[in-house]
Amino acid sequence: MSGGSEKALHLTEMARRMRLDALDMALAAGGGGSHVGGSLSCIEILAVLYGEVLRMDPKNPLDVNRDRFIPSKNHCVLAHIPALAEAGFFPREEILEFQKNGGRLTGYPRRPEIGLEYSGGSLGMALSVGIGMALAAREQGRPSRIYILLGDGEMNEGSVWEAIQSAAHYGLDNLTAIIDRNRLSYDGDTEEVMGLDDLGAKMESFRWHVSQCDGHSTQALLEAFADQQAGRPHAIIAETVKGKGVSFIENRPEWHHHRLSQEEYEQARREVLGEAL
Amino acid sequence: MKYTPAKIKMWARMGQRGALFGVAMPDIAERKDHVKLLTADLTLLSGMERYAKKYPDKFLNVGIAEQNMIGVAAGLAMDGYCVFASTYASFIAVRSLEQVRQNLAHMRCNVKLVGSSAGTASAKSGISHWATEDLAFIRALPNLTVLSPADSLEAVKAAEWAADMEGPVYIRLSGGLSCPIVYKEDYDFVPGKLVELRAGEEVAVITTGLMVSESLQAAALLEERGISCAVYNMHTIKPIDKEGLREIFARFRLVVTVEEHMVTGGLGSAVAEFKATLPNTPRQVFLGFQDAFCEAGTQRYVWEQAGLTDAQIVEHIQKEWEREA
Repeated sequence: MSGGSEKALHLTEMARRMRLDALDMALAAGGGGSHVGGSLSCIEILAVLYGEVLRMDPKNPLDVNRDRFIPSKNHCVLAHIPALAEAGFFPREEILEFQKNGGRLTGYPRRPEIGLEYSGGSLGMALSVGIGMALAAREQGRPSRIYILLGDGEMNEGSVWEAIQSAAHYGLDNLTAIIDRNRLSYDGDTEEVMGLDDLGAKMESFRWHVSQCDGHSTQALLEAFADQQAGRPHAIIAETVKGKGVSFIENRPEWHHHRLSQEEYEQARREVLGEAL
Repeated sequence: MKYTPAKIKMWARMGQRGALFGVAMPDIAERKDHVKLLTADLTLLSGMERYAKKYPDKFLNVGIAEQNMIGVAAGLAMDGYCVFASTYASFIAVRSLEQVRQNLAHMRCNVKLVGSSAGTASAKSGISHWATEDLAFIRALPNLTVLSPADSLEAVKAAEWAADMEGPVYIRLSGGLSCPIVYKEDYDFVPGKLVELRAGEEVAVITTGLMVSESLQAAALLEERGISCAVYNMHTIKPIDKEGLREIFARFRLVVTVEEHMVTGGLGSAVAEFKATLPNTPRQVFLGFQDAFCEAGTQRYVWEQAGLTDAQIVEHIQKEWEREA
C-alpha cells in the first residue's frame, strides 16, 4: 500500500476502514461463514472506485448519467457493501445486516436505489450486461462509464470471452473491466486449477487496452483507471493477494469462504490497524 | 397495423419467423423509439435483412455467442431499451437458460426473447436444432410471459403486444418457411386467454403452436367418425388461463393436450398442474414427444414417430374416447 498523492493516502485510509468493516461483516456472518478471501483482495480496487473514480450521487442514485459499477465476481460482497456505505448509499450500521432475513442487502438483489446495479453471484454474466449498458450510454450520448469487476478464476468461464470479444468489436471505450488477479480460486492456485497465464497479453490480443498494476496500491490504481485509450475497452489487471491484510488469511484457499471466529476477528483487526503481527 | 386476409395469406407463406421479423419488427421499430433487435448470426435465416438495412441503429448482430447476447440485451434493457433478442429456441432456452434466469426472470429486464424453429422445425438438422423442452425450462422461471403462436398472424400479434408491455417475454415460434393459416381474418389477441377455435361436445383438445392446425384437421376427421371434438388454442402458456381451463374440465368428458414438445413440463404439464387442483375432473391424455428423442428426417417423419400427425391424433383420441364410453 504505497504512498503517493494525498488523494491516494486518503483512499488507503478508506480501504483500511472498509477492511475493518469486512471483518465486522465476516464476524456477523457467524458459523455460516462468508467470502472473506476474495473480498479482502479487492478492497483497494473498490475504495479507489467509490472514493474517487465513480461519478454517482447517493442522493440521486438513479441519475441516468451516473457511472455504473457491477461486481461480476459477487464474492466481493464484504468489500462492496462497505464501499457503498462509505459512499453514502446507506448507513454504516446496515452493513452488518447483509445476511438478515428480509434485509435489503441480503442475497445481493438488484436495487439501483442503493447502488446495487445487478444481482450477480453467478460468474461469467455481468461483463455482457456491462456491454449492453456501454452501448446504451454511447448511443444516448451519456457520459456514463461502465465498470465491471471480475475475478481471475472467473476468467475460466467461456461466456466472459464472448463478452471480451464483443466489447472490442464494438470499440467500447466507455467500458472498464477490472480483473482481481489474486491467483486463487476456490480449489487453489489458478494456474494449477486451470491456467490463466498472461491475462494481459490475452486481452491485448483481443484488442483491449490493458493496464497492469499493484491492486493494493491506491496510487497505482488511480493511475491505472486514468490510463484509457480511445476506441478500445479498458482492462485493468490488478495484481492482488487473496485475503490481503490478514496474515492467516492471505493466500490461503480455504479462506475463499470461511467462518471467522471471535479470536481470529480480534487478531485480524489488530493486524489491519497495524497494532500487531 | 391492418390485418387483411391478403396480408394473412402472404404472412403464412413467410412462416412465423419471417412474419415476425419481416412484418412486426419493422412496424415496431417504426412506431417506437429505443427498440433494439439482437441476433446471434441469424440475420439471413431469420429474415431480418430488410429490418437490418432500414434500421441499422436498432439492430445488433452479436455473432455466434448466445449467452453474451442475452447479457447485452439485459444491459440495454436496464438503460431503457425494449430489446428483442432471437436465435434458435434451443439456444435461448437451453444454452442460455441461466442468463435468462438471472437477467429476465430474476431481474425482470424488459427483453423479448424470440425462440425460432421451436419444436422440430429444423427436422433434418437433428436433435441439436430442435427445441422440444424449451417450454419446460422457460415455464419454470417466474416473471416471464410465455407465448406460443399458432400461425404467422398470431406471431405478429404476439410480437406487437410484447413490444408494448413492460417485462420479459418468451415467444416460441413454430414451423419453418411457411405456416398453415389458423386465423383467416383479424381477431383480438388477448394474452392469457385461450381461444376456442372449434366448438365440440365430447372431447376437448387443448393445443399450441403448429399442433393447432394439426388438431383442427384431426377434429374435423373425428366429427366424421361421430366424435364431437372442441379445439382450444393455448397461445399463452404462462400465465395459464385458469378460468378457461376450469370451464373446459367442467364441460368435457375427455381432455387431450397436443404439443410439439416433450410431454414432460410443457403445455400438457401446465394444464395438468392446474387440473390437479380441481375436484372431479375428467381424464387428461398427453400427446407430444413421450420422453424420447426421435430420429431426424422430414418434419412429418419426426411427427409420425411421436404420433403427432393429424391422422395419428385422430386414432389416439378415438381409442381414448372408446375407453371412456
